[in-house]
Amino acid sequence: MYGFEALTFNIHGGYLEAIVRGHRAGLLTTADYNNLCQCENLDDIKMHLSATKYGSYLQNEPSPLHTTTIVEKCTLKLVDDYKHMLCQATEPMSTFLEYIRYGHMIDNVVLIVTGTLHERDVQELLEKCHPLGMFDSIATLAVAQNMRELYRLVLVDTPLAPYFSECLTSEDLDDMNIEIMRNTLYKAYLEDFYKFCQKLGGATSEIMSDLLAFEADRRAVNITINSIGTELTREDRKKLYSNFGLLYPYGHEELAICEDIDQVRGVMEKYPPYQAIFSKMSYGESQMLDKAFYEEEVRRLCLAFEQQFHYAVFFAYMRLREQEIRNLMWISECVAQNQKSRIHDSVVYMF
Amino acid sequence: MSGAAIHASSWAAALVRISPYTFSAIGIAISIGVSVLGAAWGIYITGSSLIGAAIEAPRITSKNLISVIFCEAVAIYGVIVAIILQTKLESVPSSKMYDAESLRAGYAIFASGIIVGFANLVCGLCVGIIGSSCALSDAQNSTLFVKILVIEIFGSALGLFGVIVGIIMSAQATWPTK
Repeated sequence: MYGFEALTFNIHGGYLEAIVRGHRAGLLTTADYNNLCQCENLDDIKMHLSATKYGSYLQNEPSPLHTTTIVEKCTLKLVDDYKHMLCQATEPMSTFLEYIRYGHMIDNVVLIVTGTLHERDVQELLEKCHPLGMFDSIATLAVAQNMRELYRLVLVDTPLAPYFSECLTSEDLDDMNIEIMRNTLYKAYLEDFYKFCQKLGGATSEIMSDLLAFEADRRAVNITINSIGTELTREDRKKLYSNFGLLYPYGHEELAICEDIDQVRGVMEKYPPYQAIFSKMSYGESQMLDKAFYEEEVRRLCLAFEQQFHYAVFFAYMRLREQEIRNLMWISECVAQNQKSRIHDSVVYMF
Repeated sequence: MSGAAIHASSWAAALVRISPYTFSAIGIAISIGVSVLGAAWGIYITGSSLIGAAIEAPRITSKNLISVIFCEAVAIYGVIVAIILQTKLESVPSSKMYDAESLRAGYAIFASGIIVGFANLVCGLCVGIIGSSCALSDAQNSTLFVKILVIEIFGSALGLFGVIVGIIMSAQATWPTK
């Protein structure tokens, strides 16, 4: 019953909620980012990070550091936190935490299939996969020639199996089909997650509905912008939009027929939450759109921590960590390539 | 017997033929049992959050035990009132057991027990939930502790109201003299 979760949430979720809030306190603040932006080289970055929660992960790295090493070790911390929480969780929290991984699994599947198409070595691709999205038979993906085989050989045993019902064709895999497959899988995943959260009810469903709706709308806009000028037809484009969110269904009708960015802007400005985002950009500028979306997402994720006794804090923490890792990657790359003037282009500050 | 004429087989007759000692005993049981339920519920709500938050911020443990102590106080109120109530029980001869005065004494003890039990139940819950939020906020920002503690103190006053009214009620429990 909404409003009375405080009475029973702590039986199973109290300890883990307190732990995730402790982790949230360890996220980097604006002051930390300012220190990192002043660094001259990657060893300086390592020194500054050793004072944060990443310290124990980076301290044993030998001196000529690489940006990929920094990102890999920071991702390792995220994975350790996640696994610790997952092994302590009971139902339904454990199912909720598992859902957070499926997005990464989809990305890994697409990475391996695309890499195989371009004839890369499987081992090399496996090393690039996100650790949260690994599953047992992932290496077998390299063998599949078309989607039906992909499903039959590998994916039918994974949690992604139910998302494949809309994707099963016998066409061979090529770049375009793989992108369509990625978006179709992600659409099915988001809708499944949304329904699961609705079933949980209470504060979890309210906050997660907002966060997932924003995700669905953001993906709709990105799909639209990326498919302008390609061979993707309007009906196909419309099929890739999720069936929930602020833009469903009328916004989707209008987005499906957009042919350039200004038309997209015209559609989005009818929705007050997105009007604020689009009004920050002047006409014809789409590079800032990604950063504006990230900033809006971070703002909503931080708001999820304002309420107690729900599961959305776990989702919010994972997403905030991922954003932080993206920030660290950008800062490391700028420092390594001596382009510090561009650092502030893409760092999203959280607190 | 005074009062309205009671037909021998109506529900009212059945109710007044229940021994006042039954009502007293149930009242005493509820007073202690439900109070302890409230205290335990509050303690586990606070305790689970406190343990998790103390992993990243160990400094909060000693201060936040106050929340647990406030919840415990609720159980102590229940015990005190139960002891007071049971000292109010006296034997009356069987001829006087269903007199109006005996029934009144039995009902007074019963009501006192319910008042104290349920007031302490909600007080324990209230203090427990606030204690959980207090621990989590203290872990993030230590200046918040004292402010949230004030809210907890107001919450624990609820149990005290219940105890006061319960004791006043139980003072009415005078059994007929032999």
